[in-house]
Amino acid sequence: MAKDYKGPVEYSIEIAIEKIENLLKEDYFISKRSLALLVLQQDREMLGLVKEKEPAVLNQIEDIINEVKMHYVNPVTYELALERHNEVKDIIKKVVHYKRETVFLRERLSRLTMNPITGIPILLLVLYWGLYKFVGEFGAGTVVDFLEGTIFEEHFNPFVIKIVRDIIPWEILQDLFVGEYGVITLGFRYAVALILPIVTFFFIIFSVIEDTGYLPRLAMLIDRTFKKIGLSGRAVIPMVLGFGCATMATMVTRTLPTKRERVIATMLLALAVPCSAQLGVILGLLGGRPWATLIWAGIVGSIFLFVGYLTSKILPGERPSFYMEVPPLRLPKFSNVITKTYVRVKWYFNEILPLFLLASVFIWIGKLTGLFDFIIGILKHPVELIGLPAEASAVFLFGFFRRDYGVAGLYDLDKQGMLTGVQLVVACVALTLFLPCVAQFLMNVKERGWKTGLGISIFVLFSSFTAAYIVNFILVKLGVVL
Amino acid sequence: MTLTDRAEEILENLWVALVEEKKERSDAGILRDDNVIKELVDAGCIELKGDNITLTHKGMEEAGYCIRRHRLAERLFVDVLDIKKKLVHETSCKFEHLLHKGLDENVCILLGHPKTCPHGKSIPEGVCCRGANRIPEKLITPLSELEVNKKAKVSHLQTQDHDAIQKVIAIGALPNTEIRLVQKFPSYVFQIGKSQFAIDKELASCIYVRLA
Repeated sequence: MAKDYKGPVEYSIEIAIEKIENLLKEDYFISKRSLALLVLQQDREMLGLVKEKEPAVLNQIEDIINEVKMHYVNPVTYELALERHNEVKDIIKKVVHYKRETVFLRERLSRLTMNPITGIPILLLVLYWGLYKFVGEFGAGTVVDFLEGTIFEEHFNPFVIKIVRDIIPWEILQDLFVGEYGVITLGFRYAVALILPIVTFFFIIFSVIEDTGYLPRLAMLIDRTFKKIGLSGRAVIPMVLGFGCATMATMVTRTLPTKRERVIATMLLALAVPCSAQLGVILGLLGGRPWATLIWAGIVGSIFLFVGYLTSKILPGERPSFYMEVPPLRLPKFSNVITKTYVRVKWYFNEILPLFLLASVFIWIGKLTGLFDFIIGILKHPVELIGLPAEASAVFLFGFFRRDYGVAGLYDLDKQGMLTGVQLVVACVALTLFLPCVAQFLMNVKERGWKTGLGISIFVLFSSFTAAYIVNFILVKLGVVL
Repeated sequence: MTLTDRAEEILENLWVALVEEKKERSDAGILRDDNVIKELVDAGCIELKGDNITLTHKGMEEAGYCIRRHRLAERLFVDVLDIKKKLVHETSCKFEHLLHKGLDENVCILLGHPKTCPHGKSIPEGVCCRGANRIPEKLITPLSELEVNKKAKVSHLQTQDHDAIQKVIAIGALPNTEIRLVQKFPSYVFQIGKSQFAIDKELASCIYVRLA
């Protein structure tokens, strides 16, 4: 751009820019004009940079900024935006012509998704077909059965176990790799045969939903409700992702604008959003008991709202504000969906696999040192307090390492006829709310820091047992039989 | 009661010093022997003890009213008449004195009961604002009170909140842009050009529109 180009800004702002430009002597990575413009709008990052490189001129710059402010009714940023807006309008007028187009059907459909009366049934349909049928029944059911049951249990595991036993003579070390909780037989198998397919199917459906432009409409529908729990409609994306994998969803909370929203979202994900692995097994366990399923869903849902409401009252900070573009509805493109799913799954797998392997090592150490028996001994008391048999305490401990393993353990107890319907509901509530898996815990610490990460875990531990205790107490007092 | 224009200006300055800047007292200084001080004392608006001026109850009321007219005038010039910004203060200074009883209410209703002047200072409430029963058919109204499917043009932005301003700039809801409300509940959805945006009630009540 020519050096004497004055740009589309009004005169006194232009003078101020020139003055600031002349003050700045050091070399910056952007042009002096861009820097001066940003500094004039009091961009924190750029002011920091100037302060670092040439602190002497900062005072003079501030004087110029204050002088400019006096001349204008609106903040300088807004004045600049107005000037640019007008300039853009002039250019567009000269070169762009609009054709009349009819988007009648698309617009109608869009309205239907945004109107609460039709939008909520549409949401339920999306959840039922997308999450329950496609991810739950097909992905977590059919595909996992084949991968885990047929390929791993029948072919891969026996093969690896044989090789390891041939190479390593010590039983303790054999256990580390191919034991009940071995790095290969549990960590690797779990990541590849269970989590990978579930998450892949979840990401396929998520990419499809994302590409249709449905998510902003969902965000807009739910904003009012989410405001009550200190979040804005934007948080719907990490929350929906949480039903796939809460660990990944925690990472996605980065997209939320304020720290307060990020903390609330992280906590709700840790407490009350069951991941797809957990959801699959719980729905299987409660299947055939519609009332039990409804009570479980109702309780977990209410706790989600209640805890969110309380946290938003306690945590200081600004109320969240919501704005989002609502793009037109589109048919998703197959190649886009495949590329997105591939990239996400790949990234996810790289992120998660080491954590699962690590978890297996922890379990191995815990077993070896007797630490686990000790913890199970402690856990027995709260477990009995919420009305479950002592055998269930192992379920809770292992639930920390693999969320669905805990529920799967319940499955065995249930088969042996050791659980009543009420106990089943109580156990499912406790396990849904119970500590996030090790991967999510590490992610909480990584994203939110040690203090908040640990604080969330302690809170979650406490509230899961409290909630389960109250549920058990009420159901037993009422004499409910499920 | 009719005060001279100069007396009204003095009252405004006293209001800013005593009410908004919360100064303990105001010094009469060079004005001590001026007729205008005498006029205000006679009218029962101020009390003079030595060099020290205080507002009486009546003076307080009158001063708030003057400030209100001045800032309403500023809003009128900026939002509706689009007077060059550098002239706003001067023009308003002359114009406010014409906005007497009743007239200020009309202007206030026309502007949709603005809460701040263009410089971001608060406008004291008038009787019409307290009624709060807003008349739907007015020229300028917050986007949150626009009727669905009605076309309007953005008039101005009423907030000093930096984040809110950034959001509105990003959306492009800038003055003179045509805007149409698509939906009000559960969130506000509106159309600008070929794009649709969803915003919450807080943001929707910062954007003021002029009915087309």
